[in-house]
Parts: sequence; structure tokens; C-alpha cells
Amino acid sequence: MQIYLPIAEISLDVFLLLAMGGGVGFLSGLFGVGGGFLMTPLLIFIGVSPAVAVATEANQVVAASVSGVLVHMRRGNVDFKMGAMLLAGGIAGSSFGVWLYSLLRAMGQLDLVISLSYVAFLGVIGSLMLGESVRAVLRRRRPGGARRKLHQHTWLHGLPFKIRFRKSKLYISALLPLAIGFFVGILSAIMGVGGGFIIVPAMIYVLGMPTITVVGTSLFQIIFVTANVTFLQAVSNQTVDVVLALILLTGGVIGAQFGGRFAGRLPGEYLRLLLGAFVLFVGAAIMFGLVVTPEDIYSLGAGLG
Amino acid sequence: MAGRGPKVLVLAAALALGPVPGGLHAQGLVADASRHLVAITTGFVGTKVLLFGATEGEGDVIIVVRGPARREVVRRKERLAGIWVNDTEVTFRDVPSYYWLASSKPIEELLPPPAVQRHEIGVQHLRLVATGKAAAKDLAGFRAGLIRNKVLNGLFTVRPKDVDFLGQRLFRSTIEFPANVPTGSYTVHVFFVRNGSVASAQTVPLTIAKVGIGADVYRFAHASSALYGFFAIAIALLAGLFAGVVFRKA
Repeated sequence: MQIYLPIAEISLDVFLLLAMGGGVGFLSGLFGVGGGFLMTPLLIFIGVSPAVAVATEANQVVAASVSGVLVHMRRGNVDFKMGAMLLAGGIAGSSFGVWLYSLLRAMGQLDLVISLSYVAFLGVIGSLMLGESVRAVLRRRRPGGARRKLHQHTWLHGLPFKIRFRKSKLYISALLPLAIGFFVGILSAIMGVGGGFIIVPAMIYVLGMPTITVVGTSLFQIIFVTANVTFLQAVSNQTVDVVLALILLTGGVIGAQFGGRFAGRLPGEYLRLLLGAFVLFVGAAIMFGLVVTPEDIYSLGAGLG
Repeated sequence: MAGRGPKVLVLAAALALGPVPGGLHAQGLVADASRHLVAITTGFVGTKVLLFGATEGEGDVIIVVRGPARREVVRRKERLAGIWVNDTEVTFRDVPSYYWLASSKPIEELLPPPAVQRHEIGVQHLRLVATGKAAAKDLAGFRAGLIRNKVLNGLFTVRPKDVDFLGQRLFRSTIEFPANVPTGSYTVHVFFVRNGSVASAQTVPLTIAKVGIGADVYRFAHASSALYGFFAIAIALLAGLFAGVVFRKA
């Protein structure tokens, strides 16, 4: 059943969109990631313009994060003070990101920057996850490995403006969460992602936050950052398609429930191994698109009256 | 979509009444379209519009449909460090967003080249004004690239479609619009050709517009984009909350 999407201005099959939402939702429930980094390339692949895909996906991530954060709030796993710091950086970063996005779009380099960002981040994150999970699997087979310290003290702990975060049991510079939030905010605006796949490792390895508060806190700040991206994209580029977002999130919500139930049945390191391999595969597929000789070296830009 | 019967009735009525509403009567030619408004609704997957008419005496008919003129940016990719990157760009002004062509005989048999060029019959004869940094010798490449991309998107017709004559005076042709058809005011030019020149011509107006919920969403997004942004966020928040509550027990 075809449906005409008013902002994307193309007709797509509702069931295909629902299946995509469900599939990505399943993976996000399974791996505990937002799924924006998978959905945006998929949307572009089926013919939605990158501009609409990125902005609409930001809108969908708002919904996905809200339903996710509720679970963590009930369990008291959200560090609101840390979330607010990340968020302050994130609002500034995503506002800057949407401005950059409009500039790149006018220059005709938006598609390239989106693709390159995906290749770079999926490549790095995928490799790290794969490496880490392979080591974890090996450790599991050879028990009795050395325990590491909780966190190392580095130059990062010498930065000024230190603040105490009781929930996360941390005493660190406010500049750190602000900078991380800013950086991920830019990515959120340009790549149409929540940025969970960047911010979660950053919170664990850079801030040294306990894993238990990481996911809830990142989801909390992602809601507001993606809401900010949605609003700014709607105002400056008019590229948010609510009809498309609604269809995707309907499939996504259902898929995520099944994914979440499935997740308990697989050991964590195997899950991360799978996700790492999958992330690398998506990155490689996008890279292939950049390197392979295009069918037509001429392309049309945004047509305006 | 109406069957053949009603169309023939409309055609007969058109002939009986002479000048038809919407179509300006020209000497030796009467033409009109089965509808003057194509509505893009939620279920829109492209559509067909029947164009019909009658000529005074024997001759041939060429039909050119043009969508609203737009500015088109054409970019050429270059290989940079192994990656294909958009490099040079050329902007063409007044490019018809849609171009469709039909003829009752091969065009070269009907009109001499100067007339074909003057009436811009065929995409290769479109008068496009280019601005950009590309050298003059490269412009042909950009022009060809523009046309190739438009054909690929189903918005330009290169090989003329058929105009069928029923007897010697009645003609009909079916214009096809794809799902990605641009909205706006279209013009349907009907040329009546006799003895190697255009004996008369007529223009039939046609509007393609979004209608219904889709149109409302589009207008909302463009006319009050800030409110639309809040609306989009509110929907996402509610949907997220709803999902969280519904699946709470699970």
C-alpha cells in the first residue's frame, strides 16, 4: 500500500516502512542503541532525500528515547545533573550543527559530509566494539584474567570548574560533559542520530561514569537534543516529515519490544560482537557508495523557484 | 478514473459546444483535458490525464506539456583521493520542472528544424540560461547531465508519445504524471501542424496541487514552521509516552 509522504514528496510502501521501523527497532531493543545510525542510511537507500531522512530521523529518535528513558527513570538510573550538563553542551552543539547542515546543503556537499561522517564513526565504533568484544570472549574462555582499576586518573581530571555528581559518584570538571554534549550535538544534527553510540562510550571511558547510570542519562539528554534538532530543522529547512516519522516509530516501538525480550537470551559480549560486525558492515556499504564510480557523474541539486 | 464511454461523451460534447471551458479556442483547433486539476492525495501514485480535441481539416498534432519553471543546480563529481566528490556546479534558470511530448507522426517529418527550435519541441531544444563557473565547452555536458537526470526521474520525456487520430479530425493522447510530479501550474501546448508549419496552436491550463491531509501538513510545515516543529516534537513525545505505558508490563 503506497502512501504519499507530504514533506519527502515521494510515494513509499507503508508496509516497507513499517518493516524497516520494526527491524531497526528490534536491533535497537536487542543492543540498547537508538537505531538512528541504521535508519538514516536505510531511508536514503530507499529514495528519501538525505535532508529529509536526517531531520525526520531526529524526530523519530525523540519518541524512541522517551519510551526508553521511562524504564530507566523508574529504576532511578538517570543522573539528572550530569544529563543537564551534557544537554547544555548538546543544545549548543546541535544548534551549531543545524546551521552547518544548512550551509553544507547550499554548497552541495551535504550528502558527502553525511556519508563521510557515517563511514568514519561506524568504522571507528564498529572496530572498537569488535575488538573489545573479541577480547571479552577470549577472557571468558580463559578465566582468571587480571582485574583493572575502576578508572585511571589522567590530565582530564586536572581541568577547572569541578562539580560533584552524586548520582554517578564523580567529581570532575563541568567542561568535560559540556564538550562531549557539544560534539555529539553536532553529529546529531548532521547525521540524524541520537548519538547514543558515541555518548555512551564517552561517558564510560572519558567521564568514568558507572555503567548503571550511563544509558538512562544518555537517553534523557538525547530526548532534548533531538527535539532541538527537530525544531531547528523544521524552522530552517522544512525537512521534518511527521507522517514518515509516525510510520517509522510505530514499527520501531513494536520491534524494540521484541528485541528487548530477545536480548536477555544472548550473553553481552556476543551481542556486542554481533553489533560491532553489523556496524562495520553498514559503514563499509556506505564507503563502497563513495568509492565506486557513479552511474552518472552529474547530479541535480535542490531545485528552487 | 472514468471509463472510455464517458470520455467519448465529453469529447462529443466538446465538439458540439465548440469552445470548451478552460481551453482557449484557436482557429482550426479545439482541445481540452479530461481534468484541469490533478490532486495529489495521500494515496497518490501518479496519474493519467486524457487530452482530446478536434482539428479543422487534415493535419497533424504535436502536444507539449511543461511544468512550472524552476532553477536547477547541476553538479559534476570528480574523483578526489579515491572518493567521488561534487565539484563544479552550474545553475540553469527557467528549467521546466516537467516536460512531456507527444506527436501524431515523427516530429522531423512534420516541422523543419527552425520551427522545432522556436517552439521548443523536444527537451534538446529547451532554451536554458546557465550561470556558473564551468567553461563554455563544458556546458553541453552539464546540459546533457540535467536532461539525463530528469529523464531518470521520469520528469522529462525524450521520445515523443503517441497522439492517436480517430478518423481524420478527432485526436486523443494520454499524459502520464509520475508520483514525484512537481506541483504548480502546468501548460499544455497543442500545435496543429499542416504543410510543414504550425497552422494554429492552443494552450490548455492544468494545475497539479496537493490536496487533503498531505497538503495541510505541507502548508503547515512551510507557513508556520516553528509551530510545526513544536507539533512534531509533541507527537513524538506522546507516541513515546504511549509506547512506554502500553508496554510497561511487558
